[in-house]
Amino acid sequence: MTEILIKNGFVFDPTQGIKGDKKDIAVKDGKIVDKVSSSAKVIDATGMTVMAGGVDIHTHVAGAKVNVGRNFRPEDKLQAVYEPARGVRHMSGGYSVPTVFKTAYKYADLGYTTVFEAAMPPLYARHTHEEMRDTPILDQGAFPMFGNNWFMLDYLKNQEYDNAAAYIAWLLRSTKGYGIKCVNPGGTEAWGWGLNCLTVNDPVPYFEITPREIISGLINANESLLLPHSMHLHGNNLGNPGNYTTTLDSLKIAEGVKTDNKFGREQVLHHTHIQFHSYGGTTWADFESKGPEVMDYINKNKNITCDIGFVTLDETTTMTGDGPFEHHLTALNHLKWANTDVEVECGSGIVPYVYSKDVYVCGVQWSIGLEMALLAKDHMRCHLTTDHPNAGPFTRYPRVMKWLMNQESREALLHTMKNEDKVRDRSSLSSIDRELTLYEIAMMTRAGTAKALGLADRCGGLGIGLQADIAVYPFNPETDGNDAEKIEWAFGNAVYLVKDGQIIINDSEIVSNGNKKTYWVDVTTNPNKQVERDISEMFTKYYTVTEKNYDVEEHAFMKNPFVIKVDATQ
Amino acid sequence: MNTVTITITKQPELFIEAECFSPDALAGKSADAISKLPIYIGKTTETVGDYFAVDGNAGATAAETKLVIKGDTSRVKYIGSKMTAGEVVINGNADMYVGNFMSGGKITAKGNIGHFAATSMSGGEIIVEGNAGNYLAASYRGDWRGMSGGKITVLGNVGSDCATFITGGEIVIGGNVDVHVMTHADGGKVIIKGNAKSRLGGQASRGEIYLFGTVDVMMPGYAYSEDVELEVAGTKAKFAVYNGDLGERHPTRKGQPIYAKLYLKK
Repeated sequence: MTEILIKNGFVFDPTQGIKGDKKDIAVKDGKIVDKVSSSAKVIDATGMTVMAGGVDIHTHVAGAKVNVGRNFRPEDKLQAVYEPARGVRHMSGGYSVPTVFKTAYKYADLGYTTVFEAAMPPLYARHTHEEMRDTPILDQGAFPMFGNNWFMLDYLKNQEYDNAAAYIAWLLRSTKGYGIKCVNPGGTEAWGWGLNCLTVNDPVPYFEITPREIISGLINANESLLLPHSMHLHGNNLGNPGNYTTTLDSLKIAEGVKTDNKFGREQVLHHTHIQFHSYGGTTWADFESKGPEVMDYINKNKNITCDIGFVTLDETTTMTGDGPFEHHLTALNHLKWANTDVEVECGSGIVPYVYSKDVYVCGVQWSIGLEMALLAKDHMRCHLTTDHPNAGPFTRYPRVMKWLMNQESREALLHTMKNEDKVRDRSSLSSIDRELTLYEIAMMTRAGTAKALGLADRCGGLGIGLQADIAVYPFNPETDGNDAEKIEWAFGNAVYLVKDGQIIINDSEIVSNGNKKTYWVDVTTNPNKQVERDISEMFTKYYTVTEKNYDVEEHAFMKNPFVIKVDATQ
Repeated sequence: MNTVTITITKQPELFIEAECFSPDALAGKSADAISKLPIYIGKTTETVGDYFAVDGNAGATAAETKLVIKGDTSRVKYIGSKMTAGEVVINGNADMYVGNFMSGGKITAKGNIGHFAATSMSGGEIIVEGNAGNYLAASYRGDWRGMSGGKITVLGNVGSDCATFITGGEIVIGGNVDVHVMTHADGGKVIIKGNAKSRLGGQASRGEIYLFGTVDVMMPGYAYSEDVELEVAGTKAKFAVYNGDLGERHPTRKGQPIYAKLYLKK
């Protein structure tokens, strides 16, 4: 295979503690090596920033709800004109819910190479995999949802932890999933009875189990299965004033739990889009930030990671497995709403949303995200996401980086807000003068996320032997300093992108659709006849499909499946 | 004001998408430059000069430019699309998207215009001497932000789904109108001098419809409130006022709910 030498760039790699040193990066046979022969293709990165390919831990880019979002928001296409096919590029379009091609091309422009779909309804796993298969360039994986699944609720209620673990292993294998996602534990199911679970102690009707038991059960199952990623939680009571107490209660469930895995992962709980879960006040009138309280707890508890879900102040499409929340949202903004109940497993909803800088609640939400990221002490455990497309499209990551790295740009935006004083008053953002460094940004966007996903031995860094995923940005840390506009432009326009040793972007132009792979986790557990019988009974009695039509077959639905095998037989 | 006259010389086999037929796109261009502008036919790109004769140079700005379109342009789309100022006169008929997303200026169509005219219009004026098609001044597909300003006068008839999601502005229809008028409206005004079919103001929370003729089927969500004497579009008459759509949420002012109002001439 080809050899590549990326010369003279300013390298940022938190996995090796490299903070902008001028270094050459050598690539051979798809891996990073210490040296290459003189015939290697040379990429001159003089005056540019070199980082590992970005790793997104939480984004909604494939599957049933994303596609419903595309279908029911034709007006979303007005915000971004369709681009015709060009060279290896297919036609692409869409703004907050772009086509699979645009998703790949834009992530590539951002220097990202690995992207995890955050919510896969198991019943729609085939659809999710079909879309991931059709998304070029990016390595992907998906987290199936477990927090409202009838099997889980039953097993955890009866404290049948072995059965719960065996069922999770079966479902990961059937749906080719990567880890355990838990959305509004119990709440989406409770909504079937017109209720919700707003605290970790609200019982789920019929099943008589609390979110606390579900979260705790899933964390323990995750560790007993030795999975690469931890339990991935979207907690109860998202987006409501005063919800930070629920968030702290959820995080506390992880206290004292020790991690058990061979993948270098240190956390037992990943709380996603924590910005939406750090609200104080009792109504929208006295709504305020409790970001500092939540981030303080996360700073002190090393077995928790989080991603932020920055509000980017755009018109976007919210979509989540948290069905009751979307119903609540459509009652707030009176815009159109789509909803699905996914048989015995979960649910989901979609509502368009306009985050306006002139609406004070949106301004405060924007402040909370930035405030939390700036108060974080360890950015290996605090990741950059916009919960795409919920808080804003992922194409805004460079803008978020600008706000994080440049205080003046934050002040300038605050200054143009209609309710400036009120927004400043409700969070501590304006009193924070911290500006993150590129090294910290690299932690938030690749090193930290790869480690939390248990993929640190493959991506997220530039160490010898890692997969050659490398992004070169037109940003000179010596002369560009923290020039706000330069940051936003440079980190959205990678000049070179190498993935698996293959050149994807050459001289700012996408030249290859790459050779994407799809990660999934195959856990071997002790044989469990009980679970086998339960599954077969559930399919006979309740599912609208048979087990055979449920299974995601690798050859039919996936491109380059990459199995991570785990032996959890004890 | 400079006048550019564009005369169709050849009928296309398919339809012409002429996004450049607006004072904004033409401003500052000579007749020669205009005839080199791209137009789209099916999947091919051709130039204005291939299908039209161009006479006269445009003014320096859109406001100083008047565009006169001559000949049978019933297969030409997007005339006056996204215009902000200036004037367009269409001597014959036009196809879809006349004046869509228009925010200023004036369009006069002497013949008929096609569907989806004045989509999400926010300002300016359109006068149609013939008929208009379906979705006149409606929102873009899926969007909840329809016509917000400006005035449209149609002397002839109008098709279905007129003024969907309208929030402001005024439409006067000289003839009859097909089903669905001001669906989901949250403001704005539609005056119908002829007859209407059904579903006037369905799911509307604000806005006014004045009907001089008859309506085939009344909406069940509207309730009679009072009779009033009014002068509407130059005519004095007595109207019965109906409040609705009662199935929708309604904003309140000083504790009183605001309704969409349906004025039926007595």
